[in-house]
Amino acid sequence: MKADVGAPVAPTGLGQIVRAPSYGRGIGGAGEYIVIPALALVGSLVLFGIFVALFGKNPLDLYFYMYQGAFGTWFSWQNTLIRAAPLILTALCTALPAQLGMVIIGGEGALLVGALAATSAALVMQWAPPIVVDLAMAAAGMIGGGLWIMLSGALRHYRGVNETISSLLLVYIALAILNFLVEGPMRDPASLNKPSTHSIGAANMIGNIPGTEVHWGFVFGIIAAVLSYILVYHTVFGFAARVAGGNIRAAKVVGLSVGKLVLIICFLAGAAAGLAGMFEVAAVQGRANANLAAGYGFAGILVAFLARQNPLAVIPVAILLGGIGASGGLLQRRLGLPDASVLVLQGMIFVMVLASDTLYGRWGFLKGKTS
Amino acid sequence: MILNNISRRRLLQGTAALGLGAAVPLNRAFAKETTVGFIYVGSRDDYGYNQAHAAGAAALKKMAGIKVVEEEKVPETEDVEKTMESMINLDGATLLFPTSFGYFNPHVLKMAVKYPKVRFEHCGGLWTPKDPKNVGSYFGYIDEAQHVSGVIAGHMSKSGKLGFVAAKPIPQVLRNINAFTMGAKLANPKIKLQVIFTGDWSMPVKEAEATNSLIDAGADVLTCHVDGPKTVVENAARRGAMVCGYHVNQSVLAPKAYLTGAEWNWEVLYPRFVKMFTSGETIPNFYRGGLKEQLVKVSPYGPMVPAAARKQADGVKAGLIAGTYVIFKGPVVDNKGKTVIASGVSRGQTDPELEKMDYLVDGVIGATS
Amino acid sequence: MAGPGDIGLWTIPVAVLGGAVRVSTPFLFVSLGECVTERSGRINLGLEGTLVMGAMAGYGVSYLTGSPWLGVLAAGVTGAAMGALHAVICGLPRVNDIAVGIALMLFGVGLAFYLGKPLIEPSAAQLPSIDLGWWTDIPQLHAALRINALFLIGVALAPVLVWALRSTRWGLIIRTAGESADAALAMGYSVNIIRLRATMFGGFLAGIGGSFLSLYYPGSWNEGLSSGQGITAVALVIFARWNPLLCLAASILFGGAAALGPALQSVGYSHGYHLFNAAPYILTLLIMIATCSPKRTLIGAPAELSITR
Repeated sequence: MKADVGAPVAPTGLGQIVRAPSYGRGIGGAGEYIVIPALALVGSLVLFGIFVALFGKNPLDLYFYMYQGAFGTWFSWQNTLIRAAPLILTALCTALPAQLGMVIIGGEGALLVGALAATSAALVMQWAPPIVVDLAMAAAGMIGGGLWIMLSGALRHYRGVNETISSLLLVYIALAILNFLVEGPMRDPASLNKPSTHSIGAANMIGNIPGTEVHWGFVFGIIAAVLSYILVYHTVFGFAARVAGGNIRAAKVVGLSVGKLVLIICFLAGAAAGLAGMFEVAAVQGRANANLAAGYGFAGILVAFLARQNPLAVIPVAILLGGIGASGGLLQRRLGLPDASVLVLQGMIFVMVLASDTLYGRWGFLKGKTS
Repeated sequence: MILNNISRRRLLQGTAALGLGAAVPLNRAFAKETTVGFIYVGSRDDYGYNQAHAAGAAALKKMAGIKVVEEEKVPETEDVEKTMESMINLDGATLLFPTSFGYFNPHVLKMAVKYPKVRFEHCGGLWTPKDPKNVGSYFGYIDEAQHVSGVIAGHMSKSGKLGFVAAKPIPQVLRNINAFTMGAKLANPKIKLQVIFTGDWSMPVKEAEATNSLIDAGADVLTCHVDGPKTVVENAARRGAMVCGYHVNQSVLAPKAYLTGAEWNWEVLYPRFVKMFTSGETIPNFYRGGLKEQLVKVSPYGPMVPAAARKQADGVKAGLIAGTYVIFKGPVVDNKGKTVIASGVSRGQTDPELEKMDYLVDGVIGATS
Repeated sequence: MAGPGDIGLWTIPVAVLGGAVRVSTPFLFVSLGECVTERSGRINLGLEGTLVMGAMAGYGVSYLTGSPWLGVLAAGVTGAAMGALHAVICGLPRVNDIAVGIALMLFGVGLAFYLGKPLIEPSAAQLPSIDLGWWTDIPQLHAALRINALFLIGVALAPVLVWALRSTRWGLIIRTAGESADAALAMGYSVNIIRLRATMFGGFLAGIGGSFLSLYYPGSWNEGLSSGQGITAVALVIFARWNPLLCLAASILFGGAAALGPALQSVGYSHGYHLFNAAPYILTLLIMIATCSPKRTLIGAPAELSITR
């Protein structure tokens, strides 16, 4: 008898995080999961329009520029996709442990540790051909980031330390380590006014997808998201994780090795964020420095929650959030809105989507065959 | 590096720009106007670094035929590349001022290659002849103004100890610390200066802590090199210490404690650049200047500064403006005892060796790492 | 190197003492407020946003009215409003309170920055300090002992909250809601209303904590004012086992650790200052590791709290 690993597992005990069902079940059952977030999105846009109108700006101009800046031209699209690339990976850092009911918000820290590890790998392997260096960087980045989050998971499992808090503290610690290394032992003496490590070498930089200006990190992010989705919803491992997330006592009774699940999932989560860090170094900056701490980890948390912790949904949500960020510049210049307005909008969307959680199950006509 | 299909990309971009230009009715016809773009790394009203640049931008807004577009809080990542492209493509900017140091390499350089017709003027960067010709880097020798401030500070300090709240130990900051100390030593050869590094450009709580620590350790005149000196100025004044400002004039915040300050003078430089640009004249790629070229200025002296101090400071200022006075003149010994500028060697302001400064002069308590 | 008033290595403990008082106050208020909220069974991670909103509102009102205490009150009221928003949304069925907290954090911070733009340049009236160091001529000690009334209020509040939670009717109701929603329901109370009030109270205190930042130390409004203090304060509550007195101790510990970096630099020890600046976080993590255990996970945790299930 083959376990039906695609079955939705009702969340009860560990954490009340609502998870989306497997989309393989057919669109009928997923109707709620599309309509309700969409409604929330529209609602928050309306709310933001009202907010902006209170300050004397025309909401219609607002929507126009938001669209222009995010999706209006090919240039805008690329801007959006570039911003979305790291978000997909850092969102996985929150979405994967969420399957186990763990709330991990340490993606930023894993990104930084991964970036440092990748840079170190590149600097050590300068003699190798570029493809080898890039592979080494990716491996180092994933291992570095993976271990960082695995630490949080281990602390949770073996010492009972709350993972939300420990992963957050590890972010600040990672930031301090980054600054320390970049300004100290790993510093490139020529990088005077902007302390950085040595460059990884122009030949080792990862380029853009042909025909675009979006670097390959975007593609690998999508691959990682798809693989995560398959892992969570179509493998026994993923099923076991979701069972443990649903009811930890039942999981133990059934004989699942919860510790192993926790450690592996946390490692994978950190590896995703670490990979994002690696791409930031290899495709954007070319070296490690304080610019890496640009908030991608925190934005990733937002993406994960908005995507209801579903790895596949992370992709469109990341693009949406990338679009909002991309349009921020245009809003500043055309409407004179301060940079903080993007934060307000993101907050509003987030709040509305979460509040709309309560609408699930209320509208019978949206439910499909699964209920 | 994977080669891009350049021609197809250019075509797409060109079509997009064309389409957008036709489709957006709110874009004013800018045929007669020059659009200048400003990009700030922080908030425009931080009472510090960014505000100084914004003041320069404001001076441009008053000029006829000039349209200014500004964007703030743009991080030093690919975001700034996109912002620059957006300003070039959607706003039609032909002159850009990306004002944060970290924008230069690789972002400004990349964009300069991509848009050879657009002029990029970068503050603080180190342009070399290998870099694209449509990029210029300018910077003001604000250490000259800090030097003059130091003279006043040296006179006014009763405890013989000064305090400096610094962000990171990079050459431009170290130069300021050293110039300030050396100025103070002109007034009081036995003066000591203590420096505390907060670790980043804008950390109000750490800056306040550093201010208090310095005053606890005996400093009674403070200055700083952080993005937003407001915290240091206000906290120092609250503790009863005196303060020398930085970036912009903060005397309004602490009228009884503000001695003088080292300020940028972008309101003079930017119109100068724009006039050169619009008249077709090439702006020099490597533009540096101090008090003489009016890129920086010294704040008016506070009412508590006595005549003797003013006289000495004015004398030094006059020497700098005339070009006869050199701050970094040997012998200069660092605080570890090593001679960093030999006797008889005179390092003028444009000396490239100064841009690599990595020491703190004798009299400074602190370390660069 | 020793000049007049130089107390040598004593600078470090004095600075740590001063820092413990100065820097701990916002942590103290936020953690005390969150303590009450979490005892009622809800976790409010949005306090970072509440803190910043409180700082902005307090600064703004103080500037407009000239009275810093009115500013403090306004900050508290703003905080209570943010707390109410959190409670209302979390009160809807099936909504996850951790996620809502993060959302409100973003929203609160964004809103505060947005509305606070015109407040960056002006100077608002500041809270006065109480001179407890009149007996010493050592200037450093004198300065360290110049404390603010809010700190004293916070210190007094901690034992009051312990007593209130243990011995008053309201305390019992809150704790019941936190231990077992069913029991509270059986007693005839609406769990949501209890949590609403507890969250509003928590928000009120957090707002006041924020006003301390902008009206006393560092004493001005700008966008870098809080660097995760709100969220760290929530960590401190868990670390303090939901006991207000331990929250007080933890805040002071944290504040002292935060002053360590600059204090060490001021006596000339500056190598690796980044790592010293991270001392509070490392310390908190180490203590959490030492005091938690998988079997007695989160002893004293209110059973209804979502992170403990």
